Amino acid sequence: MSASTLHPKLYTKNLEQIPTRNGYGEALLELAKHNRHVVVLTGDLAESTRVLEFSKKYKDQFIECGVAEQNMAGIAAGLALSGKIPFISSYAVFSPGRSWDQVRVSICYNNANVKIAGAHTGISVGPDGATHQALEDIAIMRTLPNIIVLAPCDFEETKKATRAAAAWNGPVYFRFTREKTPCITTVQTPFEIGKAEILKKGRDVSLIVCGPLVYKALIAARQLMQEKINCEVINNHTIKPLDAKALLTSIKKTKAVVTIEEHQIMGGMGSAVCELLSQHYPVPVEMIGMRDTFGESGKQEELLEKYGMGVKDINTAVHKVLKRKT
Amino acid sequence: MIKTKRYKLELIANTLRQDVISMLAHAGSGHSAGPLGLADFFSVLYFHILRHKPKEPLWEKRDRFILSCGHVCPILYVTLARSKYFSLKTLHSLRTLGSPLQGHPHRGSARGIETTSGPLGQGFSVAVGMAIAARMDKTSHRIYCLTSDGEQNEGQVWEAAMFAGVKGLANLTLFIDRNNIQIDGTTDAVMPLEPLADKYRSFGWHVIDCDGHDMDAIDDACAEAKKKRLKPTVIILHTTPGKGVRFMEHNYIWHGIPPTQEQARQALLELKEARKKLSGKSLATKLLSYVS
Repeated sequence: MSASTLHPKLYTKNLEQIPTRNGYGEALLELAKHNRHVVVLTGDLAESTRVLEFSKKYKDQFIECGVAEQNMAGIAAGLALSGKIPFISSYAVFSPGRSWDQVRVSICYNNANVKIAGAHTGISVGPDGATHQALEDIAIMRTLPNIIVLAPCDFEETKKATRAAAAWNGPVYFRFTREKTPCITTVQTPFEIGKAEILKKGRDVSLIVCGPLVYKALIAARQLMQEKINCEVINNHTIKPLDAKALLTSIKKTKAVVTIEEHQIMGGMGSAVCELLSQHYPVPVEMIGMRDTFGESGKQEELLEKYGMGVKDINTAVHKVLKRKT
Repeated sequence: MIKTKRYKLELIANTLRQDVISMLAHAGSGHSAGPLGLADFFSVLYFHILRHKPKEPLWEKRDRFILSCGHVCPILYVTLARSKYFSLKTLHSLRTLGSPLQGHPHRGSARGIETTSGPLGQGFSVAVGMAIAARMDKTSHRIYCLTSDGEQNEGQVWEAAMFAGVKGLANLTLFIDRNNIQIDGTTDAVMPLEPLADKYRSFGWHVIDCDGHDMDAIDDACAEAKKKRLKPTVIILHTTPGKGVRFMEHNYIWHGIPPTQEQARQALLELKEARKKLSGKSLATKLLSYVS
């Protein structure tokens, strides 16, 4: 992907904003049109995970499991072992939060072709408060063998991730967010599981980011240009498996990294990048994310600012990492 | 069930028990009591009830047997070997490095294992998923799932029971191995389950209480379950843990340990004696059938 494939209104006030979860619901409707084996399960969250329309249109391919995430994960495994392509739709704090053991054994160890869609991730979930803000899901999923872990950045990319998950033969976990998110990619923007995308080329520092914060990284990079700091911005939507080649190529050029995610710093996407770097090409890294604390109720922007995941924080981290660069 | 068939199944159950003892003593670890208590059930299930093709383990129309209480896998392994899913020689590799016979069953490691299990409650939900899939595809195969009684402590079991009852999954037959023991002691001491049948009834299930060592009763119960059109059936198999080896019977300490070589020798002697009596009975039946 190059900058030219990004949304033409990217840096304008007219940039459209749509919640990423909407992309999930729309993609499922498209998939079911051509594939009767696509099955959607939910645990009493059809509307807010955007599968309500699917439940009406494809009644025979929809399963309401009630508020029972462990059973739902097992049922999905049984469906997959019978040739279906099940999508589990719930909030990430419940699924895979409450069903981790079932995901581990019934889905991953069985290598069952189950897709787990974790909604309401990140602190931007907002008013619902800390209980409903999934900030640990990447950590608990990426340590499991056989599973793919994705964090798409906007509406279009979530659609693509949903389609790619359906086409992938094996377990996939992907996360999306509640609030409206700037549409930075278009239908034409490429998306491939396992392939990190360079959104903006640069030479001074690599901003490695996933999820809706990709937008903030692009804004920060644009501001930093005025200070003659040239950031490379990488949309690292596939957290597992990491695109080692693309990341190392960028890092060998810039020799400094800032990782950015709406997740605990411990065990998240940034940790995965540090695991790669420490073994292959150690350079200074600054990490942006939740710092071993729970969130709280508030508005999306207020929370991102308070917990250090805003544009200002990215700017600060860039300055800090550049000072450490030898 | 005709008498000659029953005696054949009784002989198979005796063979399965001997195989379990030999295999566990060889491995030096594994669960003894549950597998021995389930030998009669496995004999009837695999050699009389299940529609399956050991030479074609992924045959689409096969009945599915899901072992949810993975820790009793020794009895599954010997049954699969005796059904010719894999060689008897493979049994000696139990729990060793590189073996297809893992300490707890893993789908894909050995032919005939339908699902990975061990952490309790999980197989039940997987079986429910398979029953839903069969209903969606309008296929006629049945789903059989075995759980243990200690397993009923798990919340997931009741999530699955609630779901299957509400959805009326009549193509699902659940078994509960009611042997009254779990690791820490008797089920009554650890977490009393009664009234177990009433619990399932209230969740919308057809419930059958059954002597888990009476092959005719197991066969009849499965036939009754098959006739149900609107409800899933649970068959509570009342079994004696360690059945067939007197020093193991009813003693919970044998839940999770194997016999020593000396104990295995003793157990095999006892089982061989029992077999002689069965063979005698079988011969007598044959003679009788000639006379009549």
